[in-house]
Formats: sequence, structure tokens, C-alpha cells
Amino acid sequence: MSTDVAATSVLTLLATIDPSVVDPSLAVLLQSGPGGVGDLVFGVLLWLLEQWYWLLDWVYYFTGLEMIDPRYRYMQRAILVGLCVGVMAPLIGTFLVHRQLALIGDALAHTGFAGVAVGLFLNAVLDLGVSPYLTAVIVAMIAALFIELISEVTDAYNDVSMAIVLSTGFALGTTLISLNAGGLAVGVNQFLFGNLSTVSPQSAAILLVLFAVIVGTVALTRNQLLYVTFDETAAAVSGISVNWYNRVMVMLTAMVVVGAMQIMGVILVAAMLVVPVAGATQVSRSFSESLLVSVVLAELAVLLGIAVAYYAGVTAGGVIVLVAVGIYVCAVVAGKVQSARGGQVTPDMGSIDVEGRDVGPTTDDD
Amino acid sequence: MSADDTDATTTATTDERPSPETDPDTTATEPVVELADVTFGYTATPVVEDVSLTIDPGEYVAVVGPNGSGKSTLMQLLLGLLEPDTGRTRLFGERADRFEDGERLGYVAQHASAAKEMPITVREVVKMGRFPHVGIDRVLDDGRTVTETVREEPLETVLGTANAVFGRLTASDWTIVDDALATVGMSAFADRRITELSGGQRQRAFIARALASEADLLVLDEPTVGVDAESVDAFYDLLAALNADGITVLLIEHDLGAVVEHADRVVCLNREVYFDGPTDEFVESDALARAFGTEAQFLTGADR
Repeated sequence: MSTDVAATSVLTLLATIDPSVVDPSLAVLLQSGPGGVGDLVFGVLLWLLEQWYWLLDWVYYFTGLEMIDPRYRYMQRAILVGLCVGVMAPLIGTFLVHRQLALIGDALAHTGFAGVAVGLFLNAVLDLGVSPYLTAVIVAMIAALFIELISEVTDAYNDVSMAIVLSTGFALGTTLISLNAGGLAVGVNQFLFGNLSTVSPQSAAILLVLFAVIVGTVALTRNQLLYVTFDETAAAVSGISVNWYNRVMVMLTAMVVVGAMQIMGVILVAAMLVVPVAGATQVSRSFSESLLVSVVLAELAVLLGIAVAYYAGVTAGGVIVLVAVGIYVCAVVAGKVQSARGGQVTPDMGSIDVEGRDVGPTTDDD
Repeated sequence: MSADDTDATTTATTDERPSPETDPDTTATEPVVELADVTFGYTATPVVEDVSLTIDPGEYVAVVGPNGSGKSTLMQLLLGLLEPDTGRTRLFGERADRFEDGERLGYVAQHASAAKEMPITVREVVKMGRFPHVGIDRVLDDGRTVTETVREEPLETVLGTANAVFGRLTASDWTIVDDALATVGMSAFADRRITELSGGQRQRAFIARALASEADLLVLDEPTVGVDAESVDAFYDLLAALNADGITVLLIEHDLGAVVEHADRVVCLNREVYFDGPTDEFVESDALARAFGTEAQFLTGADR
């Protein structure tokens, strides 16, 4: 079966299930994609999206929650995107925060904005029909590598290279938009501030790919990422290529940022990388616990935020961040109470015992 | 002994050793660390110049020198973290910058560089020592081909491969981690956050990480800075015990008293090597005065 025939078959199948799924730009992307594999992947992702609709439809019938009414597919997609962001962002954010790179998300979000501008510009000028999120992912990943490169080549502090890339990204974005005589300005607003209703099936599918890549990469490299985060020199001594894993880290960050941009907007996207992690750090005792807690806090913020945004008719990105900050404040209080109550009894140090050779008790318990 | 004399002596010693390329049978007695005529500078001015140094298995060597003498740079050179401008650096007979058996090296930094607010337990830190051991090669490590392994133990191979790919530690890894904690007397602190520990306790945890890695060489960069005197003594007891057990110890240290009390051999560095020999000879030599200037003196025990 040829690529085009396969793509057409997938589209026909999906159109039979729900005609609203198939928009013209998606058809263009699928049929003019790089190859049959890409078409097949998108077909599978859209099938997964269908299963998600089906699941939420059932939840709606049992709960009667208006915001997941089957008529509002965009809300069902927004919730899916939100849930994925709630896992991806703290997963990567945990490593970033403890490397004192909390602001890298901001820098990459602004370059993501430049990527969106590139996409809109190409669509307006050349009528390419590419998703601005796709160009945003590409530009943000290139920018992520530049942040690392500037730090490595110039020995500058990381925040200097982040500031340079942030400014360049925003400057490039605004320049490209102004080149088109303001014609793109209207379209840009949704990327700056995020919008639940603009999560198209196509962008949800892109996010599912990002989600799979990010979660998969972290699952495969978490040991190395943890070692590099905790003690860079010891990690290098143990044979881990620190520069390589730093690059992996910033590339994953670029993907998270662009994924979250859809509902959070450029300006607020970095909050999801940082705020839930900061909250989890206050109440967790171990690294694995802090990963889990930060995901739970992020999911709470996303779901509450989307609900409040829907019922109150306000911007989702802002509400999600406000809820996340509220949760963070609660976590700080809980952490303080925990440590005030804690008063752990300091255990005695054991004696040093090398191969049964007891070299005497010690009193190292200051 | 002048710096020139030291260089000449050490270089002669190095030259007498058969090269690993020419004589592979020497691997068993291979020096742990071998630096030959190493010069390195971050700019045009060298930080270490023409340094030659050989450390054999089981030695307890301390590198001393004033601030800015190139001690930490020397450490990074010998660990392969920096490449020398001239000269060669070897670890266990291999080029240091291409050395791949990272698990044979244990490293303990100054101030135990734990990220300040990072929620991580002592056991999680010690666990990192096992990371270099977790890999697909441990599944296929017994000489059998892939086909044989899969045919004879399909379930174990699949589980082992999944564990290796996803970096999961096995039961025996955890036993080694717990043993390392017990060795340094930190079992009772295993589930404590590392940030809750005192300086001395934290350094012990880092030693345990090196033990979990089953390191043959332990490199410590001014490990007792900021640690109280009583804990410092316990810490050096631990190092002595580990050294007696066969682990090679290389200590970069500013505390001359501690060096004199504990190390068997001293390398006195101030860009060049001013002294390289037994500790008692170092105490009697004038290397200290020449490398540090006239004010430096040994303070031992209660004087410190």
C-alpha cells in the first residue's frame, strides 16, 4: 500500500468515526509527510485520541460534568494535554531546579515563541500549512543546544547564556511578526497566553509524541541525569559524559516548554517546570518521592486550573499558575509543620567496619 | 632535593617501567596513576609544569601545596577530566582521558557538593556508586552468546535486559549499597536526607558511594574542610582502614598536620613537584619552606 493511500485510509477511517477530527491542515500534513511511518504514527495517535474521547464521554455520562460534555471536544483535548504536561513538566523540572537552572524554561519558551512566529510566517508567506507548534519544537531545541554551546565555548555562567538566548528568541519572534505588517498579531495572542479552545487534534497528537519521547528518555537515562544533577564532577569521574546529558536535558526541556505552551502560553509556561517541584521539595524526603509528589501537585494544579478557567471564563494559563502557587504555599507550610513536629532522634553513628576490621566507635554526630 | 632533582628521579622511575603497549603482562602490577612530564595551563602560564608522578596499588599518598599551587588541577588531570598540554596521564595503564572503567574510581569533593536543597537520602546517594555497573553487559557477561543466553534462560534474560536498559538495581546491588553504608557506620542514617547530615557524616556517605562502586582508587579533594576536629579524626581512621584493606588513597589536602599523621607518602606541589617521598623524610626536608614560604608549619593532634 502506498503512503498516500495509507494516509487517505487513516483519514477516511477517522472521518467516519468523527468528522471534526480531520481538519484540512492535518490532511495536508499527513499526505505530504516525510513518509509512511510518520503517517502511521499520526494515525495511531489520532486513534488514541478517539479512545480518550470515548473514555471522557463515559465519565461525562456518570458525572454529568459540563466541561467534558462530548460536544466540547476541545475541552477533552485540553484536559489530555494538561494531564500530559502535568507529568512531563515536573519530571524535567525536578532535574532543572536542582541544577539551579529554573529559568531555562523561560528562555526556551521565548525561543518557542520565535518558533511559532517562524511557523506563522512560513504559512503566511509560503502557504506551507505546517503547525506552528512543530516549528516551535524545532526552534526551541536548536536554541536549547545554543544555551549549552554558549556556556561551553565562552565559559559564561549558565544564566548569561540563557539571557542571551531568551532575548534573541523574543527579538526574532517580534521581528518576524512585524515583517508581515501585523497580519500575524492576532494569531500570536493564543501562543502568548495559551488557549484551551485552540488545542487542535493535530497539536494534541504532537504533544502525545513529545510526551512519549520525554517520559521514555527520562526512564532510560534517569540514573545518569540524577548523578549529573547531584554531583557533576563525580558523575564525570564515574564515566558519564556530562556534556552529553546536559544537552539531553535542555532538549527535553525545549520539548516540554513547547508542549505546555498550548494551554499555558509562552509567558507562563516556565512556572510548570518550577512551582510544583519547589512545592514537592518542601515536603519530600527522598528524590524518588519528590518526583512523585511534584507530578501529583502539578496534576492537581492543571485539573483545578482548567476547571476554574472553564467555569469562570478566564485564561487557563494564569489560573493554573495561580493554583500551582497556592499549592506551593500550602506545601511550604506543611513542610515547616513537618520539620517542627519532626524532631527526629539522631541515631548513633555505627563503628567503621572494613572487612570485619573494627577501627573503633566514633562520635561523629554533631 | 630540588624540583629538578625530583623530576629527574621520578622520570627515571617512570622510564624503568615497561610500557603497557609493549608488555601487556605487566597489567597486574600496573601503576594506578602515572603522570609523565605533565604540563597544563588554562592560559599561556602553566598551572602545573613538568610533573611526573607514579602511584602504585595500595599506596596512601597526599598531595600538599599552598593555595593556587595546582593541586586541584593536578587531580583533574590525573582523573582524565582535563587533558595535559604536554606529557601523558594514565589510569590503571590506560590513557586517563579515555579511561572507561569509571567504577574503579571513587571521588570525594570538598564541601561534599550536595545541592543545598535537594531532597535525596543517604541511600540514594550511595546507590549512585552502582550506576556504572548497571548495563546490558552484565546480562551477557558469562561468555555465552546472545542466542545461547536467550535460549537457556529466556525469562531471566528478558528481565535482566529490562533492568539494565531502565537502570534498575538488582538485589545484589542493594546488598552492596547496604554493606557500603555499614562499612562507614552510616546504616542508621540511610533514610536521612543528605542535607540533614553534618559535614563529617556527609563525607562518610560519599566514601560509601565510592565503596559501593567497588573503587580501587579513592581520590579526595580537601575532604575535611568545614568538618569539626573530632569528626576529622574519625574520617581519617576510616581512610586508614580502607587503605589497609587494599584501596589506593590519593588525598589532596591543605591540612599539613593531618597529612603528616596519616599519609605514607607526600607529594609537595607548587606548580612543580618540590618533594615526592616518604612522609617522615618530608617533615625533615626543606621542601615545605621552599614550596610554601617560611611561615608554614606542621600542626598535629591537639594543636590543630
